[in-house]
Amino acid sequence: MANVQLAGIKKHFEGVKAVDGIDLEIADGEFLVLLGPSGSGKTTLMRLVAGLEKPTGGHIVIDGAVVNDLPPRDRGIAMVFQSYALYPHKTVFGNISFPLTVEGMPREDIKKKVAWAAGLLGIGHLLDRMPAHVSGGERQRVAIARALVRRPKVLLMDEPLSNLDAKVRHTAREELKLFQREINVTTIYVTHDQAEAMGLGDRIAVMHEGTIRQIGTPDSIYNDPANMFVAGFVGIPPMNFMEQDGMIVGFRPEALLPAEALPDKDCMRLRLLVERVEDLGSHRLVYGTIGKDKVIANHSLRLNLPEGEEHEFAVCSQEVRRFDPKTGVRVRP
Amino acid sequence: MRMPRLFERETVLAPLMLVPVALYMLLLVGFPFLMAFVYSFSNVTVGNPEFHMTGFGNFSAVLRDPVFLKSLLNTCIFTFTSIGLVLVLSNMLTELLMREFRFKWLIRFLIMLPWTAPIALGTIGYLWFLDSVFSPLDWLLRSWGLLGKPQALLGPMSNLYWLGRPGLAMASVIVVHIWRLLPLATMIRIAGMNSIPREVIEAAQVDGAGYYRRLFHIVLPLLLPVISVTVLFSTLFTFTDMTVVWVLTKGGPPDNSTQVLASLAFLKGIQGGDLAQGAAVSLFFFPVLAGLAAVVLRLAKKAVVT
Repeated sequence: MANVQLAGIKKHFEGVKAVDGIDLEIADGEFLVLLGPSGSGKTTLMRLVAGLEKPTGGHIVIDGAVVNDLPPRDRGIAMVFQSYALYPHKTVFGNISFPLTVEGMPREDIKKKVAWAAGLLGIGHLLDRMPAHVSGGERQRVAIARALVRRPKVLLMDEPLSNLDAKVRHTAREELKLFQREINVTTIYVTHDQAEAMGLGDRIAVMHEGTIRQIGTPDSIYNDPANMFVAGFVGIPPMNFMEQDGMIVGFRPEALLPAEALPDKDCMRLRLLVERVEDLGSHRLVYGTIGKDKVIANHSLRLNLPEGEEHEFAVCSQEVRRFDPKTGVRVRP
Repeated sequence: MRMPRLFERETVLAPLMLVPVALYMLLLVGFPFLMAFVYSFSNVTVGNPEFHMTGFGNFSAVLRDPVFLKSLLNTCIFTFTSIGLVLVLSNMLTELLMREFRFKWLIRFLIMLPWTAPIALGTIGYLWFLDSVFSPLDWLLRSWGLLGKPQALLGPMSNLYWLGRPGLAMASVIVVHIWRLLPLATMIRIAGMNSIPREVIEAAQVDGAGYYRRLFHIVLPLLLPVISVTVLFSTLFTFTDMTVVWVLTKGGPPDNSTQVLASLAFLKGIQGGDLAQGAAVSLFFFPVLAGLAAVVLRLAKKAVVT
């Protein structure tokens, strides 16, 4: 178990600034999610921590020691790759035991440790199989067991759920969080899926163009965005933005409700021209325009909103976030 | 309009497309092989067209011939040393060429060059390199003081006579043959390397495996199908080849220091005119190579491909 500190980390590939000056501290046992669109530098940042890339500048400190010049194997880290990267010619047992065999651990101890890791992930019955002969979800568990088996100081996960189908992904996410808590390992998790980020992370670092745009708890990222990028990137559907009195005002689709739902409160009333309504069962998405700005509203009322007609909507003032139109930075009252 | 329809039918088109290659195999491989098989049990010579079947006479004569036994040993030394070294060297070259560095294209081009040059021509170049009087290698060694002086490391004589001394001649033949095999082996190796997902190698790196453990536990097992095919082809190629030997030494220096089975078969059958004995020597390859092919194909089948 260990904490991780990154100070001024940079990685430039032939003029492209993949990671451009990142300072970050991850506490012992914390689950930190790096969230960002593709090309934001999140995977590169993780590979820098792993030692698979050398930083152009800055320091990486794991457990109090600068590891910049150490190869991956001397950093006390383990990694789960997006493709799982199992060794196709080794059995499940051979895969999980490989990090221990490399250490030169005695056979009996290896067996015990593999049994522990396989038991933790519920794959004890698969140890004799080849990776090609287990399902996608099981392969992912094998990859996690291989990463956990030698008790790393830091566990790195690069979109480990993205190759699973939607149904398995949901349960896998839940389990992932449970055993991360159980063995309490410091974890860095890369994803572009905000549901994963919100559900798993103790804290989320939102990345864009090689920098961290905001870091905080899922609640603060969602409800208290520091700038327009974070406000627009996190949330499905994204935050609505309108220009008002020389400022950009933003509000979440679920804060934009038909006026009937918000009677006589301190709310801003807006006339919305309904263009299209999507009924998603549990809730309805209303696509339309207010003035000349396109907006989306998300409500769960049983209301008939005919397309092509105006309807009165409202946003309460505590739901409104203001941003500087030039810099995109949040303007707080 | 009838012709194209006819071609669309697989039962017509497939045999039609296979006819040229089948004819080629039958006429240029099958027929000579059959002839060699028949000859090897006969007493046929170039000068005398009538022949009688003599059973295993040729084979037992060949087996009693010390020159044949020596050639067999030489062929094994020549083949297995070359292929062992090609495996190691192609691994090193692959490591080098997988990396990024300046003028990589130039180095790559130079390394691949021997493959594109006609073999006999390239080997003639080596004939000069290894010449008994004008060898530039000897000249370099002399100027470094390693040769040609009373206390010099490699001896007091002015030349090493690369192709004139048994051990050196064999070594020279092997080096030139490696020079010729290496480009193709490296190309195949690089192609195989590219088929291994990068993340698998990185996972091994993160799991704590150093270079040699990654090589022997991850890379080589995954490359086994590719490598076994390379070894199969190189072995068949080397076992039946005589170009380098013939251009450089013609099997010499005495007594048959670099004579291999292919050159011996040529010497006996074509130059000596004893077709029957030549055929018997050639056919000696056949069971060995067929067995080898079976083993390697089985290996390739067993290996798990990603």
